[in-house]
Amino acid sequence: MEVLIVNDLWVKYYTMSGVVEAVSGVSFRLREKEMLAIVGESGSGKSTLGFSILNMVPKPGKIVNGQILLEGTDILKLHPHEIRKIRGSKISMIFQDPFTTLDPLRKIVDQFGEFLVEHGVEKSKVNTIVREYLEAVGLPERIMYSYPHQLSGGQKQRVSIAMAIALNPRVVVADEPTTALDVVVQKQIMDLIDAIKEKYGTSIILITHDLALALERANSVMVMYGGYIMEYADKTELYDNMKHPYTKALFEALPRVMCKTLPKSLPGNPPDLRRPPPGCIFHPRCEFATEKCRIEKPRLREVSKNHLVACHYAGEIL
Amino acid sequence: MGLVKYIAVRALMIIPTVLILYTLVFVILRVLPGNPVLAALGTKNIPEEQLKALMSELGLDKPLIQQYFEYLINFTRGDMGKSMVVRGRPIASDIIDKLPATLELSIWAILFSLIIGVGLGYIGARVQNPYVKTIVRLMGSIVFVIFIPALGLSLQLVFSRYLGVLPTGGRLSVTMGFKPITGIYTLDALLQLNIQAFFDALKHLVLPAFTLGLVISGPYMRLTLNNMEEIMESKIIEAYRARGIRDSRLLRHAFRHVLVPITTYTGLQFSLLMGGAVLTETTFNWPGIGTYLVDKVMYRDYTAIQAVIIIFAIIVGLTSLIVDVLYALIDPRVRY
Amino acid sequence: MMSLNSSSIYIAFKNRYVLTGLIIILIFVFMAVFADFIAPYSPVEYVGPPLQPPSREYIMGTDNLGRDIFSRIVYGSRIMLTIVAIAVAISGAVGTILGLISGYIGGILDRLLSFTMDSIYAFPSLILAISLSVALGPSPINAAIAIALVYIPTYFRMIRGQVLSIKNETYIEIARALGLPSTRIVLRHILPHVTKTLMVVFSMNSADAILTEAALSFMGLTVQPPTPDWGFDLYKGRGFVLAGMWWIMLFPGLCIILLAVGFALISEGISTLITTRKR
Repeated sequence: MEVLIVNDLWVKYYTMSGVVEAVSGVSFRLREKEMLAIVGESGSGKSTLGFSILNMVPKPGKIVNGQILLEGTDILKLHPHEIRKIRGSKISMIFQDPFTTLDPLRKIVDQFGEFLVEHGVEKSKVNTIVREYLEAVGLPERIMYSYPHQLSGGQKQRVSIAMAIALNPRVVVADEPTTALDVVVQKQIMDLIDAIKEKYGTSIILITHDLALALERANSVMVMYGGYIMEYADKTELYDNMKHPYTKALFEALPRVMCKTLPKSLPGNPPDLRRPPPGCIFHPRCEFATEKCRIEKPRLREVSKNHLVACHYAGEIL
Repeated sequence: MGLVKYIAVRALMIIPTVLILYTLVFVILRVLPGNPVLAALGTKNIPEEQLKALMSELGLDKPLIQQYFEYLINFTRGDMGKSMVVRGRPIASDIIDKLPATLELSIWAILFSLIIGVGLGYIGARVQNPYVKTIVRLMGSIVFVIFIPALGLSLQLVFSRYLGVLPTGGRLSVTMGFKPITGIYTLDALLQLNIQAFFDALKHLVLPAFTLGLVISGPYMRLTLNNMEEIMESKIIEAYRARGIRDSRLLRHAFRHVLVPITTYTGLQFSLLMGGAVLTETTFNWPGIGTYLVDKVMYRDYTAIQAVIIIFAIIVGLTSLIVDVLYALIDPRVRY
Repeated sequence: MMSLNSSSIYIAFKNRYVLTGLIIILIFVFMAVFADFIAPYSPVEYVGPPLQPPSREYIMGTDNLGRDIFSRIVYGSRIMLTIVAIAVAISGAVGTILGLISGYIGGILDRLLSFTMDSIYAFPSLILAISLSVALGPSPINAAIAIALVYIPTYFRMIRGQVLSIKNETYIEIARALGLPSTRIVLRHILPHVTKTLMVVFSMNSADAILTEAALSFMGLTVQPPTPDWGFDLYKGRGFVLAGMWWIMLFPGLCIILLAVGFALISEGISTLITTRKR
């Protein structure tokens, strides 16, 4: 049963120096309890995609086409007032940097409580719920009355997670939730997110630049580049049969234990999305690129069950 | 816990600042060549003995070092010396008389400047039109050039002479028969529930306070505009929005962040306010410490000038103390 | 990308500020230099009936003594510009030198100087200027000295702060390691880096000095009658203003504000140019 279906989503930024095509024709389905990892470099459109799911693309961005169906309702067609109610309660978000997402001027209980009240929780129940969810993410009760600057980075991220799950949302979008944290804390936070997924049956969209993290934690992985889906498959399928040169390049760039060769870095820079290259968006950096790649844009096609690749030579070169 | 200690330490730090200014003024007024008594009398044709008698009456014949310390000790006892011109009149009582008027003007001026500055800055931040923003920014950086007497006289011309709705000077109509308590008339009127006197005092206040308030409102415009824009695009507000907090509340939370720099600035601009108050009081015949100073300046009454300067130094020190405490209360990140 | 584009618009705009400011100031300078040719009448003599509103003959009207206000404005710019130029030159030079020394040498000298300067800086400058000119005795040159003394801390604080931040940069450390003499390091390597900020403070301070000069004149602490001076004329004319003779106040008042606006515009223009470049 799918919780969230995204159909043919296009997002553009109308800047003074030109139109940036940030997300181009992305579609995916998110099942219950599924963790979908969206992997890409910065500028791949993965964060924009994350914000789109809450219909919160920052200015001057605009969703120009597509459907986002949450349990069958297209949230892009909802009134702003209704979409506000969905944010935080049915779809919630965990941000990259907990240092800048909690309000430094207000106590945790005030921020948390305000959020609950805004979504219709009775004032008398607020403190109980705050306590309950702080406990659920492994934080002591006294933290309620702390200010954010009195907490560590990991503790702050736990507070964000507690808020993100407190109203039992169907989908949690986690935008690089561990990037700003220490390595040890990173693992604890990912374990917590895993545990929450199991306990509350939440579906999770994990946005990350880290393919290793995606392969370790997620059920399915979507690789994005320049606003397009490059490859999209179940985790094991992807790990066993990488079909896209870009996925392969990302994979080879990972540092590995017990390996004598250095990780290979991908030469070149991400494309300028105001003037995307013709044909395959990846061709300027692709070692296998041919004349066809320079002219014709590859279609995203199914090469085996639940394995989509956008490459003319999928299955032939790798 | 630490707050009391923090305040105490900050209060102690006012002392060296006041001492430096006292020393500076003492050097300027007493050590520089020229006989202060002659200057105060405005004549040189005075018998030697009479001059000597005057000097000893004012304590000016003692060695300078002794004068320096004696004045300090007396000052701590509340004795600010005696006027050189109006002989025998204690300066302390004059100052106690005039200070509330200046305080009242300053408080209302700050109020006006906050309303004008923060109001325009807020509009500039909320309106999406770039021209509005540019105008607010430009106003913010040049509004301080308004020469207070010029603006004050123009306002008097329009509101008093042509429209006839506001008085040209003073603090209260003589017909009021009003007994002040603190000397801050608007406050006194409220305490006595005398609405008529309150509005009468307000009518006298509005032009001077607006003039002074407008001149010092520029930085508030810039601070509000820039900080509001910055915070509304910050991750903090984005996160609030992602949690489904409604827009009116977002603005409220953003505004709290703007209050932090505004408080800091209020402390910084206090000296500007005091300087402006002197001009405003002169322009509007406002019987405060500014007109008192100008009056004494005209007669070269050195002891009085010295006392007024020390009083101003103490006020500046106290305000910066109050602002620091306020700042610590608004922003929990400030440690004290 | 967006900020880049709008900031380039800003640069154009701010340059326009600098240009406008310069034009305003140059007009006043021109007026002061060629006063003898511009003013239609003598500024100190009775040239017509008193208290005449602006007319073709007296374009800004006449004052209570029947003097031509336009002529007084033209000659008044001399006093204003001279006092402000002297004051800003003195405070700029003294403040900059003390700031360079204090910041570069550091130690007890620096602490003492900084604390003194901070105390003076925190004090209302106008009030200090008033007391100083009283002590020195009212005259244009004493007013200039009083204004200069009051603004020394403004330059001192800015320069000292800049020196402290530059002092620890690698290239200064290298220069010191090479054994270059301190004066040379300060003059050749540190001073050039503070010129832009100095320009901003300088023009802002000039605007301040104009207002302070006007205020001192307004209290009768600069010139003696019948010398024409904007602030003093405003003071003498204020009694007539409330009788409806608006022209007595309007023109001197406007000139003071306009000249200060000129300097404020330059300061605003340069400071935004600096910040947008850094971005």
